[in-house]
Amino acid sequence: MTHEILISGFGGQGVMAIGKTLAEAGMKDGYEVSWLPSYGPEMRGGTANCSVVISDEMIISPIVLEPTVLIAMNAPSLDKFLPNVIPGGKVFVNSSIVDKKVDRTDVDSYYIPTMEMAQHLGNLRVANMVMLGAVNEVTDLLEEDTIREMLSLLFTGSKADLVELNINALRMGASCANDEACMIRSESQ
Amino acid sequence: MKKELWKGNEAIAEAAIRAGCRHFFGYPITPQNEIPEYMSLHMPKVGGVFVQAESEVAAINMVYGAAGSGARVMTSSSSPGISLKQEGISYLAGAELPCLIVNIMRGGPGLGTIQPAQADYYQATRGGGNGDYRVIVLAPATIQEACDQVRDGFDLADKYRMPVMILADGMIGQMMEAVEWHDSKVDDLPEKAWATTGTKGQRKPNIINSLFIDPNESENHNLKLNRKYEEVKANEIRYEADIPEDCEVVFVAYGTPARLARAAVRVLKEEGINAGLFRPITLWPFPERELHEIAKRDSVKAVVAVEMSMGQMIDDVKIAVNGVKPVGFCGKAGGIVPTPREVADAAKDALKGAR
Repeated sequence: MTHEILISGFGGQGVMAIGKTLAEAGMKDGYEVSWLPSYGPEMRGGTANCSVVISDEMIISPIVLEPTVLIAMNAPSLDKFLPNVIPGGKVFVNSSIVDKKVDRTDVDSYYIPTMEMAQHLGNLRVANMVMLGAVNEVTDLLEEDTIREMLSLLFTGSKADLVELNINALRMGASCANDEACMIRSESQ
Repeated sequence: MKKELWKGNEAIAEAAIRAGCRHFFGYPITPQNEIPEYMSLHMPKVGGVFVQAESEVAAINMVYGAAGSGARVMTSSSSPGISLKQEGISYLAGAELPCLIVNIMRGGPGLGTIQPAQADYYQATRGGGNGDYRVIVLAPATIQEACDQVRDGFDLADKYRMPVMILADGMIGQMMEAVEWHDSKVDDLPEKAWATTGTKGQRKPNIINSLFIDPNESENHNLKLNRKYEEVKANEIRYEADIPEDCEVVFVAYGTPARLARAAVRVLKEEGINAGLFRPITLWPFPERELHEIAKRDSVKAVVAVEMSMGQMIDDVKIAVNGVKPVGFCGKAGGIVPTPREVADAAKDALKGAR
């Protein structure tokens, strides 16, 4: 099992944080992991992305060129990386700001209104966690307990409330991924 | 030991502190900024010294001063910054001072780009400064290996009284991977009887110097250095060879491209071509004899150097192979990373040429 995940969006959307959470939780669940950010001019005003590999064997290359999972937090990311997704791969679209549909029929697509859902929870900043919840629900990568444990290490003291908020965001994303209205299965299935 | 997720640069800095480094002098430059940033935060906690110098030139000369007084000392920078340090590195080599220098390489020449590259191979292995000198050059391909090489590098520097350089591409600095920290004792570091620590009226003064104005003395000093370098060549060569039976084509690569070459080995296997990977871990001294023996095998038809440069390590590959097999090349420059497909295609081209 090797998941090659590419996460892309505007700076500030929490793209790197989604990747770090996946990598950290993957490691805690006993997988080999790598996290590689784009650190070039694009992250200084434009599209930022990171590659995460989670595998049950030694990771050969940390660079994700042909993702098994694409998380597109904005439209330019979908345009740029959709052609590279492997047939049978999974594409997650932040439908709050991406109007386009996935124009490939050989991948599973999920449209997650991350920002509306985050707004519903009262904090727009957890939109990335909504997305992570959806991704985790579909890929069944990580244990909720592991993510919770990590979040409780991250948010302590006066920020401890944020643990529940983030868990709720993950759950909301997960339920959205199970909603037929958000999902378009590949024709090959 | 528990696995922890670490970013390459931060892991290198932490590894240095764990290895007993208590003096860091540097100047900011992307993509290695997390090293001085981490040092600035954590060095004071262990009673160490962090100085952001006014320039790279000042930083490397602070390293000279600290090393001369016996301190376990390091500096880090990225390509253009390492260029600025070359005079100091030559002086450190001349004065036989141990230190660790980390180069998280970016594209060049000049200011180049902040993206990862490997275009400083010549500078690191041939010496960018003046004079007949060498530094031991270690090339990590994973974050774990980078951490292990930090300790190893300091120890090698002390053992041979010479600068050691860790040469890594920007990706090693920026990526995160799992690290297991091994307990390393730092309370039994070797005595440095040569260091300028003050005579306290008990002994003759030690002198740290790279000036030998008398040509005979100067030649003797060079011969002495050379004997030391021969000793390093005899004892400290490190490499990894993953060469299957009936291997037809051997990739030679270091750092991140070694991982891409490993992916290319898989691509080729699916197409029925047996490929292998030879990864030099010490770039100087280069594992010349070891690569030669592999290239000599009957099944091997070609050797392919894979680099994020326009072709620098390939010179050492050609010296090692010494004409017994053709040497192909796959290289990218300016921050572009080769894909496993491109690496595999280079192997097929090399095999075609060999037939």
